[in-house]
Amino acid sequence: MKHVGVLALQGDVREHATTLRKLGVEVHEVRRPTDLNGIEGLVIPGGESTTISHLLVSSGLRDELKSAFADGLPVFGTCAGLIVLSASILDGRTDQWSFGVLDVTVKRNGYGRQTASFEAPVDVDGIGPVPGVFIRAPRITEVGAVETLASYDHGDGSHPVLIRQVQAWGCSFHPELTADVRVHELFVNSL
Amino acid sequence: MLRGGVIMDVVNPEQARIAEDSGAVAVMALERVPSDIRRDGGVARMSDPQMIQEIQATVTIPVMAKARIGHFAEAQILQHLDVDYIDESEVLTPADEANHINKWDFTVPFVCGATNLGEALRRIGEGACLIRSKGEAGTGNVVEAVRHLRTINAQIRRLATADSAELFALAKDLQAPLPLVQEVAATGKLPVPLFCAGGISTPADAVLVMQLGAESVFVGSGIFKSDDPIRMATAIVEAVTHYQDPAVVARVSTGLGAAMKGFETSTLDIRLAERGW
Repeated sequence: MKHVGVLALQGDVREHATTLRKLGVEVHEVRRPTDLNGIEGLVIPGGESTTISHLLVSSGLRDELKSAFADGLPVFGTCAGLIVLSASILDGRTDQWSFGVLDVTVKRNGYGRQTASFEAPVDVDGIGPVPGVFIRAPRITEVGAVETLASYDHGDGSHPVLIRQVQAWGCSFHPELTADVRVHELFVNSL
Repeated sequence: MLRGGVIMDVVNPEQARIAEDSGAVAVMALERVPSDIRRDGGVARMSDPQMIQEIQATVTIPVMAKARIGHFAEAQILQHLDVDYIDESEVLTPADEANHINKWDFTVPFVCGATNLGEALRRIGEGACLIRSKGEAGTGNVVEAVRHLRTINAQIRRLATADSAELFALAKDLQAPLPLVQEVAATGKLPVPLFCAGGISTPADAVLVMQLGAESVFVGSGIFKSDDPIRMATAIVEAVTHYQDPAVVARVSTGLGAAMKGFETSTLDIRLAERGW
């Protein structure tokens, strides 16, 4: 059985855990550095990126995760999790830091505020259309050395919405909010 | 995605900045915190749009604002301002003593208060997509928040153990829409997230309601009426994340200074939680 951590500082923790358990994964909720022991991969959920960043520092997890990612710990960030993993953030706070393990620029709330949230099918390489739930979603505006697994055109040009860079994955939408487990399955199968 | 977080009442951009710095998942923009509304009396209304827009321009996290119960025109204004959520709130003076806003008419999501399951399901039937237990706002006293959260959860447990034939009578007793009653009976939870509000003023208060089943916490007067708002805000945020870890809660609770003064609820002239139908 695979052991996967879900960063449980704030956000869609329960939904990610439920989806991972459907895939036969042993889920570890991660709130402090010792919770990282024994996990083979980590999911960083959707939530508020400023809140998650703040709690990563106060919990002592930021420095631990920096070295874990450098040592190759696989990680999958959804929505706010994508922001936290990206190299560069637009429209964030001026002091907002990120791990920089995904060579992309993301624009916070890049598809609009809460009232602009939407659902649309997203065509993922290798698995086909999956339901995409975009809530105050970040928009990937520039990509570097990443592989794009899905793009979506919201009427204003196509932008990547699911990307991978070696062991780090990120997506703009919330795969944990639907019954479809295939996006998580891609990540879990890579472990 | 507000789960596992703290939503803080703020009355100006400076407070909004402090809330975001402290790790709030959202701010509630309003002209006076509930304890000041309680002290000042008079009619409490929607905030000035200018103040809401200044706060929207200051922070990157979601901004909520309050409309009076039944005051759909205030809600139309707030939707036009592109607030992220509208709180149809008993903290403001109700505009309609029979009807709440038909929230299906709006695209902006609504949060509404409830003291029991029937009230929660009536609000959901009207289109609310987030429920907060009401507590008694502006008192700094958590007792009503506990009462409402326990009531809602006890009534959910009752539905979950009921025979399908009993659900018709239970829906009648709860004065709630039957399909929602049947859904709660089948799933054992509300169809929308359940947050907690009203009287939370320390990290321990926040932990208490999280362990009682709240998924996030609203803190109104409790932060900016305390001695040291920055420390109190940061401490409540950490306590909500680590609500199952007393060692963390003990650490963040240490040396915080005085929490807001608070009221014994039996001495109150006005009970805000009784507003809403």
